[in-house]
Amino acid sequence: MKKKRVIIVLVFLLLNTVFPQLLFAQEDNTPSTFSFHSVGAWLLILFLMVMSCVVMALILKYKVGQITRGNKEEHRLNKKEKFANYLSNFSSRQIEAITTWKRKNSGAAKLLLPFILLAIATFTAVSPALAQDATGADTNSFLSEAGVIITIVLLLIPILVAVILLSIKAKNVLTQYKNKKSAEEAAELAAYLKTLPEDEINAVLKSRQTALDYRLSNKELSGQEKAVDDKGLIKINSEFGLPVVALKKKAIKRPDIDPALSKLILWYFICATFWLLFGTTIGEYLGIKFVAPDADHLSWLSFGRLRPVHTNAVFWGWASLGMLGLGYYVVPRVSNTSLSSIKSGWWALWLINAAVVLGTLCLMAGINNGGGEYREYIWPVMLLFGIGLILTLNNFLKTIAKRTTREIYIANWYIVASIIFALVISFVAYVPIWQNGLGETIIQGYYMHQGVGMWFMLFTLGIVYYFLPQQLNKPIYSYSLGVLAFWTQILFYTLIGTHHFVFSSIPWWLQTIAIVGSVGMIIPVIAGTTNFIMTFKGAWYKIKDSYTLPFFLVGIIFYFTGSMQGTAEAFRSTNLIWHFTDFTVAHSHLTMYGIICFFVWASIYAIVPRLTGKEAPQITIGAHFWMALIGLLFYTIPLMYGSTLKGLLWLQGKPFIDGVTLMAPYWLWRAIGGSLMWLSHVFFAYNMYKMIAKRTVVDVKELAIQKLEEA
Amino acid sequence: MELFDNHKKLFGTAFLFFASLTVMVAILPALSNQKNNAPLPNAAELSPDAVKGKAIYVANGCVGCHTQQVRNVDMDKVWGSRPSIAADYADIHRTDFFRNTATLMGTERTGPDLTDIGTRQPSKDWNLVHLYNPRAVVKESIMPAYPWLFILKKQPSKTDVVVNVPKEFMGGQEGKIVATKNVMYLLAYLQSLKQTKLPDGTPVPAFLYKQEVKKQGGPAELDGKALFTANCQSCHQANGEGLPGAFPPLKGSPVVLGDNEELYVDIIMHGYDARAEYGVMPPVGTNANFTENEVAAIINYERSSWGNNGKKVTPEEIKKILDVVKLKPQN
Repeated sequence: MKKKRVIIVLVFLLLNTVFPQLLFAQEDNTPSTFSFHSVGAWLLILFLMVMSCVVMALILKYKVGQITRGNKEEHRLNKKEKFANYLSNFSSRQIEAITTWKRKNSGAAKLLLPFILLAIATFTAVSPALAQDATGADTNSFLSEAGVIITIVLLLIPILVAVILLSIKAKNVLTQYKNKKSAEEAAELAAYLKTLPEDEINAVLKSRQTALDYRLSNKELSGQEKAVDDKGLIKINSEFGLPVVALKKKAIKRPDIDPALSKLILWYFICATFWLLFGTTIGEYLGIKFVAPDADHLSWLSFGRLRPVHTNAVFWGWASLGMLGLGYYVVPRVSNTSLSSIKSGWWALWLINAAVVLGTLCLMAGINNGGGEYREYIWPVMLLFGIGLILTLNNFLKTIAKRTTREIYIANWYIVASIIFALVISFVAYVPIWQNGLGETIIQGYYMHQGVGMWFMLFTLGIVYYFLPQQLNKPIYSYSLGVLAFWTQILFYTLIGTHHFVFSSIPWWLQTIAIVGSVGMIIPVIAGTTNFIMTFKGAWYKIKDSYTLPFFLVGIIFYFTGSMQGTAEAFRSTNLIWHFTDFTVAHSHLTMYGIICFFVWASIYAIVPRLTGKEAPQITIGAHFWMALIGLLFYTIPLMYGSTLKGLLWLQGKPFIDGVTLMAPYWLWRAIGGSLMWLSHVFFAYNMYKMIAKRTVVDVKELAIQKLEEA
Repeated sequence: MELFDNHKKLFGTAFLFFASLTVMVAILPALSNQKNNAPLPNAAELSPDAVKGKAIYVANGCVGCHTQQVRNVDMDKVWGSRPSIAADYADIHRTDFFRNTATLMGTERTGPDLTDIGTRQPSKDWNLVHLYNPRAVVKESIMPAYPWLFILKKQPSKTDVVVNVPKEFMGGQEGKIVATKNVMYLLAYLQSLKQTKLPDGTPVPAFLYKQEVKKQGGPAELDGKALFTANCQSCHQANGEGLPGAFPPLKGSPVVLGDNEELYVDIIMHGYDARAEYGVMPPVGTNANFTENEVAAIINYERSSWGNNGKKVTPEEIKKILDVVKLKPQN
């Protein structure tokens, strides 16, 4: 009951502080007028202040109510019963005190003190009117001028302070009153105890004390022996503390990796993390602009220019660098040799970073390639990225050429093939020979989807084929399913590009091929999912003590659902409803975020501790995981729901603007989900810092051994 | 297997497999499309101003929210009189040395399709106010404002194009908002976006997936409010009061409430440019292929809203007027 109340109050608080835009936006179905230099910002502050007054009042009312209830209960019990009740509720220490006193039969005054402390709260009702005087304030009606609002805000500040002071005062008075009541009661109780005959009370109290004092020895099950770990299987925790988060296993120390390679890989991750934070900050701001389109009026920050900045930064900056960094670890490792050239790895890193920096600046300045999605960077910028990829490909191929294993592990198939394909699609996308008229559209459909499926997806699958078995400490379920998925992915994925232009003026047969290809994708997706899930088989229990496996599991789930959703979207009947709506946006986040990002995070958390010997706090890894997952669901589900309604509305031939107003609440949810996702990235960045930053923490054992060796 | 254990053969095969599929599914179709499609004979070329305007359209990423393709599905017929065909895009070539072709077909329709916007909304006044701040004319809009395409002048000269921005959107600035060259280029581009008529005798591709009309007890009366929202509201506003200095009010309007229904229907079908103080009205009814049913529904809505209280009309009466109006010579 009490808990419920508290929860209601909290939810109310949350609704009003976090989502005031919802209340504003829904009143007249127009987008929020929030802007950093407008009346709206002030209104918001005003609104928050009034809300905190209301919340304060509610809390006060709740407290008073609590005390009133306590008082009523007291009247129901008569004094005798109550004292008897006390008698059976004394703690062992108190019983000790009473019996000692009884024995001495003197010094009654000393007894008062403990009783004051354990007395129950009583208080008669204070007028609840006090609690309600702040609730009536309705702010939205007459406020339109900034000056008026600022004045009211200024006026409200002392009122707010007064309300806070008042509530503190009221609380103090209540406590004092309560203590006074309790003291009186304690005196009565002491007098009562004095009147009881010694034998009677001793028998009751003694047996109670024995019962209370009984303790398990804590050795009933384990016996008296000390724990010994002579097989290296169990973890003996020598430091005791409260586990705030579930204790997960530490990363296992692996054979040392060349420090030079380590450094290279870490710098790929550091850059990737930077671009993740940068790109999603932009994305978050774009999401806010759907709710508050007048937030700023600067050309460099306008929606149309920032949108490609967001997509390209997270594509080429975050995901690509993250994947490549992992590739630099996986390729030499499964080839059982060293990387061919660390220097060229650095060159690739510099080139790709340069491409994203220049590309971002170009886009914000209004220089773009002509508007095709993910093809917004002009060719000189994308060329830098391409050279980076060529260097990487050369490096990986040379590494594989000098491998010491006979076979090429499947992870390397996926990784190297994806780099080859990325180069092919970039070539096709940027060579001008076949780009006139509808040629541009056909190439665009091909390019944007191959970019997603042949570069990001294929590379990431390669990473999973290495890291998932490694983290589960068992081989991949079926090598041949991996081979099947590899070739069918190439066969079907290559065909599906033009499904982004179903019903457009590109040839009908080409659209049909794309739809057929989308259906064919069922084969590689199910093969891949089955393979990963079956690898988990018999090792599910490992999820609970690993912090990387949950990321893998989420990635696998979205790999299946996200990819299948792509197939479902491609049909002409569904395309009719969902095409051109935000469903596409939801889908691309479900896949690029749910699949690619989760897999890349999982793998980064798996290897960085091996490279640096340092782990991130498990609580912040947990925060990252949950916020990213919940945020993604908040982001995608409302968008999918809203855009389905929007598509149906278009089908009915309703006015276009009705669709815009319909989406308003779903866009707000998208912004909320996006904020959670963004916050999770801050945690990720912190975790990276914890894993990488050089800290001089003295390891007692290491140091002792060092001393021994020196001696 | 030898193939799988030799990296040259393995990756070579994967590359060839992917590349040949790419040629078949992307390069050859692209080449054949650009070779076998010619622009329609009566297609107008972009004016030099419109070309500059298109560059601004591209630079600001308008394609992120606005499509330029009328699909061959029934729901898209509000965006054009016929589905877009390959020939509509055939004359679009590489922009310049750095930039690729911009067909600007788009993949998101957060804002309306613009294939035929030059026909649907050619009004200079409307477009300029709308670009300065879309919410000045469409209060539910979430389109970005483009104030940097305008300048503020205390004393605009005679040659300046002054934009009638409502006071609440001036942000407390004193003076007049004047259009820059750039926004005039952009306007020229938007005005140039018109669907080209197919040459006579060419079969018009059909709109597919038609919504089934409920056939119960004769034709149901159309929703006049929805028609008004879709076709009239962006200028005359939801409250029927128009925008002072740009678009006339319908509330209490003599045309709406008067007896000259012929003039009223004529304005809806063919537009109006008789009053200097207001912007030019495009031929809304003709553009949207209104029949007597739509016209009657709109008239009845306008005559019964915002305190207006005029005589109701029936589609049959409108049909007669339409037949007369159609005969009138159009300029």
